[in-house]
Amino acid sequence: MTDFERRSIISGIGQSAVGRRLGRSGLDLTIDAALEAIADAGLTTADIDGIATYPGAGGGAGPGFSGPGTPEVQDALRLEVGWHTGGIEGAAQLAAVVNAVMAVGAGLARHVLVYRTVTESTEQGSGGRQGIGIGGGVGGGGGGVPRMGGTMQWSIPFRAYSAANWLAMNAHRHFHEYGTTPEQMAMIAVNARRNAVLNPKAVYRDPMTLEDYFASRLVTSPFRLYDCDAPVDGSTALIVSAAGHATAVDHAVARVEAVGTALRGRPSWDQFDDMTTMAARDAGAQLWTRTDLTPADVDVAELYDGFSFLAMTWLEALGFCGKGESGPFIEGGGRIALDGELPLNTNGGQLSAGRLHGFGFLHEACLQLRGEAGDRQVGGGVEVAAVANGGGPIAGALLLTREG
Amino acid sequence: MVPAVTLRRAHGGDVSGPAPFRVQPALDDDNRFFWTSGQDGRLRILRCRSCGYYLHPPLPRCPACGSRDVAPEAVSGRGEVFSYTVNHQSWDGDTDPYAIVLVALPEQDGLRLTSNLVNCPPDEARIGLPVRVVFEQNDRVWFPLFEPA
Repeated sequence: MTDFERRSIISGIGQSAVGRRLGRSGLDLTIDAALEAIADAGLTTADIDGIATYPGAGGGAGPGFSGPGTPEVQDALRLEVGWHTGGIEGAAQLAAVVNAVMAVGAGLARHVLVYRTVTESTEQGSGGRQGIGIGGGVGGGGGGVPRMGGTMQWSIPFRAYSAANWLAMNAHRHFHEYGTTPEQMAMIAVNARRNAVLNPKAVYRDPMTLEDYFASRLVTSPFRLYDCDAPVDGSTALIVSAAGHATAVDHAVARVEAVGTALRGRPSWDQFDDMTTMAARDAGAQLWTRTDLTPADVDVAELYDGFSFLAMTWLEALGFCGKGESGPFIEGGGRIALDGELPLNTNGGQLSAGRLHGFGFLHEACLQLRGEAGDRQVGGGVEVAAVANGGGPIAGALLLTREG
Repeated sequence: MVPAVTLRRAHGGDVSGPAPFRVQPALDDDNRFFWTSGQDGRLRILRCRSCGYYLHPPLPRCPACGSRDVAPEAVSGRGEVFSYTVNHQSWDGDTDPYAIVLVALPEQDGLRLTSNLVNCPPDEARIGLPVRVVFEQNDRVWFPLFEPA
């Protein structure tokens, strides 16, 4: 029996303009990305019979985070779909892709439009570069004093407002247990910028040295400004198609090889059994149980860097280095450079290319597999790409291979 | 200058300290015991009376043995900094750096509270620092904070 994953390909990709404060609506950007992806897949809107997003309307977590819901996009494009989904629970942002792959594998749909749209930069207005803090996710309440229920009541009242605060404690624990250093962690940001210089769509393209990194202000120790991703506006779309469609398009495609969707241990920012690993540990491990490929087969890694430290946890979770060894692995930055043994976050990641919230990595993985990544194309023929999304108690991973 | 607030210690000797802005928890029947526990200077965690397992955050049924016989129980209020971060970003309008700590409670392996380290400069936060609970009262909530022990 063929695993459900290998019944699907990513037949087309599209991306809107990406930038700071574009001042355009999420729906407007989504339509651009969707139409580009549909055309890239050799299809028309009439062929699209499924639609999926993360998280979709009402997805919460702050202004500009959710993007338009699937009914809005269906209506705007006048799609006729046999299946649709949106939601924030699942294998991080990749849940939307995994759901589409399952729908195609189950025969519910043949061509699914999958998208992720953010307008967090415009929504921040003129307030300067901010994290996702008190403005998002704080419940209402009378008298001007916000009142917090649910899981956030265990962190927000202690002025731990942001994932930056929560994950900084994971990072310090990693430093403590394994001797990881700020200089090592800095290489995630420095490497990202090095690649962003070669990406015309990246939002920060000025070269950045290690000295520049350490000159940036502390946000919440050990995280500096350049350890935190940059909110942007933009939409990314892709078409998940039945594998047979590969021969109908005029370019190589990404075949879905395996997914990592596991959530084991306590799904909590502060009660997880191993603070140095988090949910990535089990999603990453599960991925390799669903394929004959191994970490050594991976040619490019596009690993979530909402904070620099998260990319390090993914390097370990996906077995590119041993547990606790991500610091020495990235030290000096050579191994993760475009011409290194494992090119990492080749588009500049969210740290420098912009926080397209997981889907920027998907788009870049497909470009690399197709050999269409321009000046930042990894040489030697990219056959296998790993994509990971999420941090803390949220994690999803995807392994893609080149076909055609 | 932020208004002063009383920090209540379990061992007596209340002190006055600055009262930062805090988002208040929305009290309900499940969490009220936790957020008001400091009224008598004691920290309480929900515990299974059948098997002794501490449940945090609170749950209606013990995940270890399945018993519904769970009730708040006072703990020592002692702990150790398991990890920390010194926040510099002004999320709530206050620009002074402050220490957020993850405190491991000795009563059970893996039982932790996110909190703040107070009554010392934030830069004194370090992993392994022994701490004890101190409560900051704000309206009807007693926030369990920690100071060096």
